[in-house]
Amino acid sequence: MTQTNRISGGQIDRARSISFTFNGKRMTGHPGDTLASALLANGQRLVGRSFKYHRPRGIFTAGSEEPNALVQLRSGAHQEPNTRATTVELFDGLSATSQNHRGPLEFDLMAATDLLSPFLSAGFYYKTFMWPRAFWEKLYEPVIRASAGLGRLSMQDDPDSYDKGFLHCDLLVIGAGPSGLMAALTAARSGARVILADEDFALGGRLNAETLAVDDMAGADWAAQVVAELAAMDNVRLMPRTTVYGAYDHGTYGALERCTDHLADAGGKPRQVLWRIYSKRAVLAAGSTERPIAFGNNDRPGVMLAGAVRAYANRFGTTPGQQVAVFTNNDDGWRTAADLAAKGVSIPAVIDSRDAPAPIDIPGIRHIRNAAVMDTVGRKGLKSITLTDGQVIEADTLAVSGGWNPNVHLTCHQRGRPEWRDDLNAFVPGANLPVGMAVAGAANGALTLAAALAEGQATATAQIEALGFTPTKTDTPRAEDEPSTSQAFWHVGESRKRAWLDLQNDVTVKDVKLSYREGFRSVEHLKRYTTLGMATDQGKTANIPGLAIMAECTGKTIPETGTTIFRPPYTPIPMGALAGRSRGTDFRPYRLTPSHNWAKENGATFVEVGNWLRAQWFARSGEKGWRDSVDREVEMTRNSVGICDVTTLGKIDVQGRDAAEFLNKVYANGFAKLPVGKVRYGLMLREDGIAYDDGTTARLSDNHFVMTTTTANAVLVFRRLEFARQCLWPNMDVHLISTTDGWAQFAVAGPNARNLLRKVVDDGHDMSNEAFPFMACGEVTVCGGMPARLFRISFSGELAYEVAVPARYGNSMMDVLMQAGKEFNAVPYGTEALGVMRIEKGHAAGNELNGQTSAHNLGMGRMVSQKKECIGNVLSQRPEMIRDDAVKLVGFRPVNRSDKVVAGSHFINRDDTANMDNDQGWMTSVAYSPSLGHSIGLGFIKRGDERMGEVVRAVNPLQGSEIEVEIVSAHFIDPEGERLRA
Amino acid sequence: MIINHPLLGPRDAAEFIYLGDAALIDRPDWQAEDAMQQFHDYAYLRDNPAGPHQELWYHEQGDRSWLVVTRDTTTHDITDVQLARDVARSRGRDK
Repeated sequence: MTQTNRISGGQIDRARSISFTFNGKRMTGHPGDTLASALLANGQRLVGRSFKYHRPRGIFTAGSEEPNALVQLRSGAHQEPNTRATTVELFDGLSATSQNHRGPLEFDLMAATDLLSPFLSAGFYYKTFMWPRAFWEKLYEPVIRASAGLGRLSMQDDPDSYDKGFLHCDLLVIGAGPSGLMAALTAARSGARVILADEDFALGGRLNAETLAVDDMAGADWAAQVVAELAAMDNVRLMPRTTVYGAYDHGTYGALERCTDHLADAGGKPRQVLWRIYSKRAVLAAGSTERPIAFGNNDRPGVMLAGAVRAYANRFGTTPGQQVAVFTNNDDGWRTAADLAAKGVSIPAVIDSRDAPAPIDIPGIRHIRNAAVMDTVGRKGLKSITLTDGQVIEADTLAVSGGWNPNVHLTCHQRGRPEWRDDLNAFVPGANLPVGMAVAGAANGALTLAAALAEGQATATAQIEALGFTPTKTDTPRAEDEPSTSQAFWHVGESRKRAWLDLQNDVTVKDVKLSYREGFRSVEHLKRYTTLGMATDQGKTANIPGLAIMAECTGKTIPETGTTIFRPPYTPIPMGALAGRSRGTDFRPYRLTPSHNWAKENGATFVEVGNWLRAQWFARSGEKGWRDSVDREVEMTRNSVGICDVTTLGKIDVQGRDAAEFLNKVYANGFAKLPVGKVRYGLMLREDGIAYDDGTTARLSDNHFVMTTTTANAVLVFRRLEFARQCLWPNMDVHLISTTDGWAQFAVAGPNARNLLRKVVDDGHDMSNEAFPFMACGEVTVCGGMPARLFRISFSGELAYEVAVPARYGNSMMDVLMQAGKEFNAVPYGTEALGVMRIEKGHAAGNELNGQTSAHNLGMGRMVSQKKECIGNVLSQRPEMIRDDAVKLVGFRPVNRSDKVVAGSHFINRDDTANMDNDQGWMTSVAYSPSLGHSIGLGFIKRGDERMGEVVRAVNPLQGSEIEVEIVSAHFIDPEGERLRA
Repeated sequence: MIINHPLLGPRDAAEFIYLGDAALIDRPDWQAEDAMQQFHDYAYLRDNPAGPHQELWYHEQGDRSWLVVTRDTTTHDITDVQLARDVARSRGRDK
């Protein structure tokens, strides 16, 4: 194809050519082109099929408001659906394909859908697919999904990278048209830090699309000159290709910068960056969007917005056609006729809905007054138009102008409501703007160039003066107030054919009238019933005409009928940009234990515990499954000695003169009298009396404690302790710091634990049972002088210690312990063996401390002191919380020892029916006990502590399991605690 | 939202954890005659005003200060920020 529609002028680099393909067809364009302008230059008018009826559609606009020209860009994993051809910057090698058709674009097999349109009006889903109900999922939905829709995903991982960033400025200027440039220039010259962002790759806004002069220069040249001045200033950040998509609280804005979308290859750079911009003040200079007029068959390729036609001619040196008729209800539409006529394009007629003289004198123009277009001909491209008086005019392009809507979107993001202005026939920003925002130029209803320039300057001046800057004297550039009157004329009532409002969602004037007749008359109902404005363009060209037609139906004014409120984002934001780097394993970074490398080298299988990766078990060759490894780890630990990295438990250093008293308040049991050199188990309650967390706390000196929390609650407990310290008891002398990452801690458990540690702990520390008994703690040195902490605590029930060393020595410490343990056949064990041993010992863990259980349930009711002030003790005594028949934590073993107990089973008395009325409690934790040789469980059952020896049924309908279990002590191993005190 | 931290200046709300009504500072006396009722109200009853609201925010990704922020729940307008410890002291909380 050749560029048959190129005309003179424009801001494209004709010296260079760019090659691209559309539906596999090779075409050429120039740097400075958008995909849309290049397609038009090549005479490609048909670019897609509509969403619902598969109607042939062409390019409608020249900007981000485009409803029709959605294409699929690139191929393979880089494929991106639903990109607007009107905003895609052309690059060499670009490949684009059209969307939503079966077979070739020109002969869409689904086009027959259009013939069914009488049955497919608004609400047809709700009416048609009601019956039979089962057909919805099996038949209707798949068929509808296959026939309607937009582009397709590649179904592959996105290979591109995206980033997020933060920016700060005194003044954010949104939009780089005439008012935005003046605002940025005014603020920048005064020394304020300015960010100027615009969605376009060329800054200048409509100045690039018009032939209006500023200071006797072409508007585009003036814009380029201002941009050059701004670019040279250190206090200015120019952000082309950046859409400010949302206004958030306190001057925060969201912006999407398309960094490498305009390049064939990103070269390893992020494709897009999602910016969070913190501004002290902002000027919204977002311009305005032209709206169409609805008439019969107004959706044909070749029917375009008049301002867009002008933009293609002036900025891109391209005419959409050879015979461009104009249909307008306002003065501005005339400029399209004037500009194209000046470039030698044939203008068959200007049809003006008003009975008024021509606002612009165009020699030889055919001006048809007080008339309208009611129909068009040309299925795959416009051929002629039919006027209300019946006359037919040949034209391959119809430029339509229904007036301009100020882009008020961002003014609504903090609940602001736009206000109607009768003189403009448009909504303008209301009084209730986001904090720090002011609006200037066309976005504020200043629709002429001179007014936009002046308002940009004045608004920025006021904004920076409020920040304490002194504006430098800058002359307002000279420009004209071009004619801009308009008429409230929304649709051509004489049209008998379908007149389209929302081109992307295929909503017609008839649909709005139907919505009215069926009672869906409020704007919000109208939107949902017809889907008007719900497509990816969010009705930028459709909402106001739709509203106007509803207003006609109801006999009310447009402002009485309502406004739709805009929410972020202004234009679609790719999910990849919102995710940024937080994808895959980077979604939430792992925390690695200090001995992670050792564990990896020694065959550990890892499991996620919170954010941590912990060794789950260490498989040895010959073991057939995880159970083999876990059973062996338990047996070797109980028979000799095992070592486990327990660093992940939360560690909180508590210091200060009131540290003991503080712990007394946050734990339910007493801590004030804990002797130095001792450790105590502590139970924390929530204020409502439910058990919250548990752990051990060691007293290293009078004013120094080390608390441990469960792995899962480490952060939450710390937060809560800070709350208690600052908000509840603000005068206590107590200080907290999390040392979870500071110390690597290892459990050394088993009958040979002491023998092993004697080889590691330096001489001079008496390790004897008398000198360092169960629940002792102290600061020691290991490996010849390295400071360490030693705690004689046991989760496994064995003679056990935990030894802590500075985290950086953790991996070496694991090695040292294993070397020292060689003679005892020491074994590393993972979280599974840890879990088995704690169940065998009857220790509560996350399954038991599940946010529903009290100390009373856990069998620790007597630990909750009523003699001191502490969190949770008052409400823990509510009658319902201390019922005699409350569930109690006990152990369970299968009557038939070969049965497997199942977690989550509910307990039912032997002779009762298995239903929730007869529910006695539930099984919380289960394990195969290698020590006992059968399956065991922990669980809560009513009055459990009084029912030792009773047999009940453990029923689990979800897993189809029902077995008889005997209620036993939760302490399956060493109930007297002889081992751990050995 | 931007919270103007009394020690650190304006900070993004994303650095904070929200807890709720600053009435949580006013923990009842555990030895009061009607302690059970008072603690019940303390644990469960909150005002939910449409308008100015004193609430607790925790600067978890920062200096770990608990703050009392006066925020309009309808506009997010923040009119006052104080260290919760100062508020607690001024409300007469001791050890």
